[in-house]
Amino acid sequence: MSKMNEIFGTDQPPGTLAKDVLIRNELGLHARSAAQIAEIAQGANSKVEIVRGGEKADAASIIDMLTLSCSKGSNITVKVDSQSDIGVLNRIVALVESGFGE
Amino acid sequence: MSNTENQEILLKGIGASPGICTGRAYLVDKEGVNLVKKYSIGDDQVEDEKNRFKSAVKKAADELRAIMEEISEDFQEHANIFEMHIVLLKDKMLYDKTIEIIEEKKVNAEWALKLVASDIKLKFRNMSDPYFRDRAEDIVHVSERIIRNLVGVEHVNIGNIGKRVILVAKDLSPAETSQIQVARIQGFVTDRGAITSHTAIIARTLEIPAVLGVGDATGLIRNDDIIIADGATGEIVVHPGEHTLAKYVRRKTDYEHYRAASMRGSHSPANTADGVSIQVMGNIELPEEVVSVRDYGGDGIGLYRTEFQYLSRSDFPTEYELFDKYRDVAEVMNPKQVTIRTLDINGDKILRNSSLTDEANPAMGLRGIRYCLKKPDIFKTQIRAILRAAAFGNVRIMFPMISGCNEIREIRKLMEQAAHSLDKEGVEFNRHIDIGVMVEVPSLAIMADVIAKEVDFFSIGTNDLIQYTLAIDRGNRHVAHYYQPLHPAVIRILKYVSNVAEDKGKKISMCGEMAGDPVHMPVLLGLGIDELSVNPPSIPLVKRMIRSLRIEDAKLFLKDVIRETTTDGVLNQLQNAYGKILSDEMFV
Repeated sequence: MSKMNEIFGTDQPPGTLAKDVLIRNELGLHARSAAQIAEIAQGANSKVEIVRGGEKADAASIIDMLTLSCSKGSNITVKVDSQSDIGVLNRIVALVESGFGE
Repeated sequence: MSNTENQEILLKGIGASPGICTGRAYLVDKEGVNLVKKYSIGDDQVEDEKNRFKSAVKKAADELRAIMEEISEDFQEHANIFEMHIVLLKDKMLYDKTIEIIEEKKVNAEWALKLVASDIKLKFRNMSDPYFRDRAEDIVHVSERIIRNLVGVEHVNIGNIGKRVILVAKDLSPAETSQIQVARIQGFVTDRGAITSHTAIIARTLEIPAVLGVGDATGLIRNDDIIIADGATGEIVVHPGEHTLAKYVRRKTDYEHYRAASMRGSHSPANTADGVSIQVMGNIELPEEVVSVRDYGGDGIGLYRTEFQYLSRSDFPTEYELFDKYRDVAEVMNPKQVTIRTLDINGDKILRNSSLTDEANPAMGLRGIRYCLKKPDIFKTQIRAILRAAAFGNVRIMFPMISGCNEIREIRKLMEQAAHSLDKEGVEFNRHIDIGVMVEVPSLAIMADVIAKEVDFFSIGTNDLIQYTLAIDRGNRHVAHYYQPLHPAVIRILKYVSNVAEDKGKKISMCGEMAGDPVHMPVLLGLGIDELSVNPPSIPLVKRMIRSLRIEDAKLFLKDVIRETTTDGVLNQLQNAYGKILSDEMFV
């Protein structure tokens, strides 16, 4: 289960929303699944990021997400910069949780 | 005190194309030949440059869409790859970043893209998971496509080389080698590569000396260093002293005389001194090499490697593309024989579009016939192309990596199906072609008496047969010295297969490297090998050696050889019986 953790740290702009989610599909965050995330992220108003182990990637860029090398079983955090993008956040999390429909 | 800066350094690689050259080293880019020009642009040109980039990307996307539309039903899965590439073209990290660099650094679009792409490639290549590591290839594909559109292929060249140099690189891709300006290159030296790699083939075709697989030539040789490369022995001397220079000048003259003398006899048949005719044919990889087989007086093609058409692309070649090339070769050689070997993918020739890259032990993995039987559609496409080409010349077919009878029976079934479908479609083809197997896997050699009933000919692929028989990976420098073509076990296994071939009236040929080295001729003639297939430039040398030998003597000699217990023993026998002839006839 993903847990909601709203962060109001000093280094985070107010409004940042983040959710942790586990990559559960066999292939991991590979090109095809990254493309699905990018498609959703490109519709956001704010910056959408995928964070894994302290490394951040722009969720609108497949290449950037691939460089995180997330295989099956990786924990990632999906982050949006604005409250208005909560829908985007939820859709990405749901997509990852569904195993990208694989 | 000696000056280490200019001390002679001797490096050893693989002599991949004979000849000797002395000149200045020209090091090329880490990523290969630096084909992309860099120039600054003015503030007022930034918009134009950005637009130039954007339209090159748009053109690339259009090209990919066009390719997708033409993909046949069988290969729909590859459409996904192109679809991914279309998305990657516009990826922020590539597209937006390139535009940013054009704006910030005021450089041309090609250069900006090159910077961005190398950066991304590097990130991927350092990843431990092979799936992610291989995404570097996608970046290469996508960025090369854009760069092609930006530059226009005809402008891409190593234009800034002003003098005749020896090219030193980590590796050269087929695209790079094909753009090399012959007039400016004296020789090739590369860190990677082998005698069968594309650079080696091009070098031999162009008759430019090449030493490959040096390991760290790019680390040890600096730009403008004077170096000598000996493409026969694989030796490289960096900072040669006067004595060394003089020695190599003599060697070069000797070599030229030797070649001229060998070439004079290259078009006559290779008859032994006691009048037995041996067929000396050529190995080719590119259809264009047929020309050099003919020029060097080859009696046919004993090994046409077909992997090349499958490489450097992300889809599979169509039946027509394959047929078109095979027919060319068959027609040019007709009535001489052309032996087409079906797809033999292996460790150094990995298909981009298959997911085979992560095998722990590729030499023993899914390769050769195993891959083809697993992908019968791809295999049948090739068989159909070969049967069709067989209507235009003297073609026979040969299968790699066979380990036993079942595989041959399965192949026969597929060939029947291919012939049947061609028949039904009313396409011109020839189903009555000779079928042969490569003798590479020891189990096949052991079963040779049984296999002989199923095939028309045997062809010994010595490189793999030796590697598998002795359990030696020649690419592993810790054990490479155990790789010995004249190991008694290798000679015994060859003897067994050749006895079987003689008993059953089957032709036996040899197409591995062992066949191309004149030193081995006394042994090979003693074994009763009927045909040899070698790299085209070796044809005259092999023929020359054969003419100086007598089959009867070689057969007696083999009786002594077979009693030897070690490789050194075999070499001693060879030296004692043939030392004089060998050093007279060869350039060593």
